[in-house]
Amino acid sequence: MSGEAARISAHLTRRARWGAGEIAFWIGLVALIFVAPSRALLINEILIAGLFALSLDLILGYAGIISLGHAAFFGVGAYGAAILASHGINDPIVGLVIASLIAGLVGLASAPLVLRGSDLTRLMVTLGICLMLGELANKNSWATGGADGLSLELTPIFHLFPIGFTGQRNAALYSLAVLFLLFALARRIVQSPFGLSLRGLRENRLRAGALGISAPRRLIAIYALAAVYAGAAGALVAQTTQIVSLDVFDFHRSADALLMLIIGGTGFLYGGIIGAALFIAIKDGLSTATPEYWEFWIGLLLVALVLAGRERIGARIAGLLPRRARGSAA
Amino acid sequence: MLRAILRAGLAAGAIVAASAAFADDDVVNIGLILPMTGQAASTGKQEQAGAQLYLQQHGASVAGKKIALIIKDDGGAADVTKRLAQELIGNDKAKALMGFGLTPLALAVAPVATEAKVPEIVTAAATAMITEKSPYIVRTSFTLPQAAAPMAEWSLKNGIHKVVTFVTDYGPGNDAEKWFSDTFTKGGGTVVEQIRAPLKNPDFAPFLQRVKDDAPDAVFVFVPSGQGSAFMKQFAERGLDKSGIKLIGTGDVTDDDLLADIGDPALGAVTTHHYSVAHPSPENKAFVEAFKKANGGLRPNFMAVAAYDGMALVYGALEKTKGATDGDALIEAMKGASWISPRGPVSIDPQTRDIIQNIYVRKVEKVDGELYNVEFSTIEAVKDPFKAAKN
Repeated sequence: MSGEAARISAHLTRRARWGAGEIAFWIGLVALIFVAPSRALLINEILIAGLFALSLDLILGYAGIISLGHAAFFGVGAYGAAILASHGINDPIVGLVIASLIAGLVGLASAPLVLRGSDLTRLMVTLGICLMLGELANKNSWATGGADGLSLELTPIFHLFPIGFTGQRNAALYSLAVLFLLFALARRIVQSPFGLSLRGLRENRLRAGALGISAPRRLIAIYALAAVYAGAAGALVAQTTQIVSLDVFDFHRSADALLMLIIGGTGFLYGGIIGAALFIAIKDGLSTATPEYWEFWIGLLLVALVLAGRERIGARIAGLLPRRARGSAA
Repeated sequence: MLRAILRAGLAAGAIVAASAAFADDDVVNIGLILPMTGQAASTGKQEQAGAQLYLQQHGASVAGKKIALIIKDDGGAADVTKRLAQELIGNDKAKALMGFGLTPLALAVAPVATEAKVPEIVTAAATAMITEKSPYIVRTSFTLPQAAAPMAEWSLKNGIHKVVTFVTDYGPGNDAEKWFSDTFTKGGGTVVEQIRAPLKNPDFAPFLQRVKDDAPDAVFVFVPSGQGSAFMKQFAERGLDKSGIKLIGTGDVTDDDLLADIGDPALGAVTTHHYSVAHPSPENKAFVEAFKKANGGLRPNFMAVAAYDGMALVYGALEKTKGATDGDALIEAMKGASWISPRGPVSIDPQTRDIIQNIYVRKVEKVDGELYNVEFSTIEAVKDPFKAAKN
């Protein structure tokens, strides 16, 4: 092994270790669910939104693929879980896995379309695919319930822990477990040579190509993986709220995930989760205080955050980092 | 980074914990869940104003309890509606939930209402089957079959033989289409074509061209509350208002809230509905006056009345139970309740928990320079025909 390869390998191994802060972060999340059981549903929503934002970060932050239609996979996962449940597959975990894989397949199928062309075409193509899937769900009401939505009934997790109205804390813990497992996997992937090569592609596709890194396959792989993640988030929403309606394909879902990433930071796995927590908690606080005009305040907050705060927060986080561990994030 | 992560997590946690509410024994919390933002925001605004007006007029005290309204915005997303419903029941100890702007939003909460035994008062969503989804659902708005079937009967008696139906493609629209068409063809009329337009961002123009080409006696229209003005404008732009094709429909298309915005193209449209702001009764006159005063001149529409009546239903039920807030007792008290609403006499069908009310045939006319749905015929005490047909 040459010196350079050894250095990179050592660097990757070092970064793969879980730090004390990270462990505290996850323990804190578990504790939060037990400390504030009355807010378990809101925490659940945050965890799911965090997973969805994480999924978007995989393609946007790590591979530089811009998407305005990421809700497409979220919706496929949600409807997948709901349709499975309405056809007798009532085990949440089985439903979650199958629904996520279906979303992944849709991602795999649509990836070649998305990866063609420039950023602007990508925006259009992702948006278009999401609209098409939304309309398909609307039209095929024999399977999806159309505009009336689809309710689902599930057996308790491991036949022990119900996740409905009586199991709100279980629902949040279930979402947290799924988020943690997928997070750990994503963490492993972005630190692998594959993850590094994606960053290379994001930074300079031509140069990466010259180094012998083939772009299309890697981008398709990460795009499909992100679709699996988004599908899992959608399936979690369907399972923990036990209803799916056409709004899972709404544009605002994709846009909100983007906002969360902007708040929390892209190219940084915790960014999506932190962004989701801040976005949803602020939104909930504001919309309780002023149900009619909260959008104004959140708009103002976002402008302020992006113009004034974001840079400083980013700099502070970067200052705490050991050297350049965060790469070109934020 | 780690400290920053922790700090962000703690901050979020603090916000989450701080927003938890508390409950008080003598206070009866009523959760009002509405789409205050997004596509159906106009519904939310009217409903909120209607419910608040009732509270303001009748005071917060009833049967020794203090009523508190907790208003939440679901933005029209079913998973949010459901979460808000669960939180209102779990954290705020809400004794009744009200609102629900769209059918899926009302359906999302049905299992919660059943499990928690809390009345779910639907004051907007109008698909007929909603009340069948939980024994705790009561409705004070209307059902589309209730409004659409009388339109067919009126048409048959008034020289309309050939009709094209035009509805928005979702639950209520399909209900309206089915009940109008079935009643109309059973009475000897012909439905030439059934057109459905998508719910989201519809462009009505191409559909209207098809209506024009079919040249029927009339076009029967249902579009959701809020889309009426876009529809009527394109109706006039295509020259259909001058083509001799009559415009008939349920009252959603000539919504009182939008009539001024639609303008003269609406003149002459005949619709059947349960409420018009021009309803000639002292109760309605007082209601409209107070509503306008409280809301900067805004006209109430059928959504505002339904929320107003939702509150009336809760007040009536609490009086009957002498302040007991147990869900089963409240539902029992609501069954068969009857009162005089601004729209006329109404009651809750004890079998179906759906509203029984007069349906009025109205025509858009100009009164004192303003457009109104002027009622000229009344069909009394109409039950929802969808559920009546099953019994």
